[in-house]
Amino acid sequence: MASKKVLAITGAEAAAYAMKQIEPDVVAAYPITPQTPIVEYFAKYVADGEVRTEMIPVESEHSAMSAVVGAAAAGARAMTATSAQGLALMHEIVYIAASMRLPIVMGVVNRALSAPINIHCDHSDAMSERDSGWIQLFCEDVQEVYDLTILAVKLAEHEDVRLPVMVNQDGFILSHGVEPVEVLPDEVVKKFVGSYKPIYPLLDTDHPVTYGALDLYDYYFEHKRQQIEAMKNVYRIFPLVAEEFYKISGRRYNYVEPYKMENAEFVIVALGSSNGTIKDVVDELRSEGKKVGLLKIWMFRPFPKAEIQRYLTARKAVVVLDRAASFGAEAPLYEAVKSALYEVAVRPLMGSFVYGLGGRDLKPEHVRYAFERAMALDLVADREEYLGLRE
Amino acid sequence: MPLTMKKLAEIFTNREIGITQGHRMCPGCAAPMTVKMVLMTAKALGYEPIIGFATGCMEVSSTIFPYTSWSVPYIHNAFENVAATISGVETAYRALKKAGKIPPDKKYAFIAFGGDGGTYDIGLQALSGAIERGHKMLYVLYDNEGYMNTGNQRSGSTPPGADTTTAPVGKVVPGKLQLKKNIVEIVAGHEYVYAATVTPGEPMDFINKIEKALQFDGPAFIASLSPCVRYWRVDDDKAVDITKLAVQTKYWPLYEVDRGVYRVTRKPASFKPVADFIKIQGRFRLLLQRSDAEQILNELQQYVDRRWERLLAFEEATKDKPIR
Repeated sequence: MASKKVLAITGAEAAAYAMKQIEPDVVAAYPITPQTPIVEYFAKYVADGEVRTEMIPVESEHSAMSAVVGAAAAGARAMTATSAQGLALMHEIVYIAASMRLPIVMGVVNRALSAPINIHCDHSDAMSERDSGWIQLFCEDVQEVYDLTILAVKLAEHEDVRLPVMVNQDGFILSHGVEPVEVLPDEVVKKFVGSYKPIYPLLDTDHPVTYGALDLYDYYFEHKRQQIEAMKNVYRIFPLVAEEFYKISGRRYNYVEPYKMENAEFVIVALGSSNGTIKDVVDELRSEGKKVGLLKIWMFRPFPKAEIQRYLTARKAVVVLDRAASFGAEAPLYEAVKSALYEVAVRPLMGSFVYGLGGRDLKPEHVRYAFERAMALDLVADREEYLGLRE
Repeated sequence: MPLTMKKLAEIFTNREIGITQGHRMCPGCAAPMTVKMVLMTAKALGYEPIIGFATGCMEVSSTIFPYTSWSVPYIHNAFENVAATISGVETAYRALKKAGKIPPDKKYAFIAFGGDGGTYDIGLQALSGAIERGHKMLYVLYDNEGYMNTGNQRSGSTPPGADTTTAPVGKVVPGKLQLKKNIVEIVAGHEYVYAATVTPGEPMDFINKIEKALQFDGPAFIASLSPCVRYWRVDDDKAVDITKLAVQTKYWPLYEVDRGVYRVTRKPASFKPVADFIKIQGRFRLLLQRSDAEQILNELQQYVDRRWERLLAFEEATKDKPIR
């Protein structure tokens, strides 16, 4: 185990610090609130010669993703970071990066999508990319931002995966909030991520390859199937990578984190920083003798269906909290959890609560209210409800 | 010894050019010619070309999976981002070279190709960004003056009066109304850049400019007039002739702007009227049927004359005065 060093840093600095230790060959990025400090910190590392990374200060997020696609295809380890409108602007190339099987790691500082314009946190940006073919990790706190950024590189580059990874952190709540973070020594991170071994790099002119061919109805479908299979491989590879990360850090990651789930009858499922608040409320309710628990989702894509089923079967009631809406359908996390539970032997009662859009606070009393509704078995699976909304 | 067409022919008698036969471009298209001349020049000068392509005719017809016409590394990303993509490739090269992961003696040429749609219009921002950042890349525009890949729609490069499917000549609207965007001036406005026009009809001028562009220590931009015989409505064997005519009528002056210094590289002793260029093309047929056709042609003549005079004036004014 490495010696301990604790820094008091924000989520943005934690992401940038991890990137510094990873020292990718190329970083291309464009500033956007609240992601900007990541680019700023990293630009300073470059300016001070603390990394040998070549940075491309592009003119848009669309070009940021385009440039990292070019760099990764060329044979470089490439990273970027963005938020909200920036991610939406990248959208077209986000799909291309995954479809070309380029192991790019991108920090996403979650923020509401316009309109109306809003700079604060929700998950509408990440959810708009949920079918893009990227692995999507969500962080509860700044420590996880640091850890998962490092872990993501190894996961993305594993030869059976070769898929890009988004490491999501809640805008402002994590990106601008200072927390103590235990960081690893540079050499430990370097050794963990290893040197990047590109497959079919463009710069190998002795073995020329064509990237981005035209793929008509005679092959496209088969290529998509390969991509689907690669995503399934994540279920096998992620635990191996997480175990390796545990060995260097003492911190264990998984698809989901069960919190006080032993004998829990009433469970909340959520993504991101809200899990901290929910844990507090779980503690309070447990001290009151209530059988409540939390199932935190670390990995949203690929979706950890088996774990969801294993942890949630036969509970009395499950409430899913979503920080994004899906207009005309159920909220994305709720929809996925509910769908997973269709197959279990004993289905719990289910409830959907959307909260926190555009940065609206999730207060402990909101979480308590959701639990109380669950404990009263006062939930309707087909009704979406809202926490902290004026109606 | 400078490169000549003869020398290139000798060099490539038994050597791959980088793009092979078997692509699905239309017979008579000028785009493969432009690509070949760029690749041959680069390879003859000892460069290892790495090709980026914007979505367009040449892209879709040269890489139909499981086939590829490219025997050099090639990447197509999307329509509007070839400049950004190649800037990523070029940056990866610099990073990997610094890390000692690239053989130090390898001489790469990072070449982006785009049609006029992917350059004048949707790709302009990425192109401007890449040039502003100073990537050592060569961007080659093959300009067929419209969205030919999707079937003859207007682009920012389509000249006024040309009949296109999205700016058709109708009972009220006389085809495309706007002038062709002056892409070379836009690029040259980035100041630290080498920008030039070429045509496949003037191969020596073409080769010389590619050589200069590849040796330029920064971004270079080459605009090649590249007739689409199908939608310009000319015979399949006329692409080269028509580019010669474009030069002889001042429609497509051959010049370069090297860090702000203008040089006109072809100064014909006498010019032909621009109407000669217009009248042989079917895409202007409906324009020419209008009652005010003469007046429109006169206006076009005045326009190309004035542009030519300006070019000569720029040449005089900027002589030996690079901006940077």
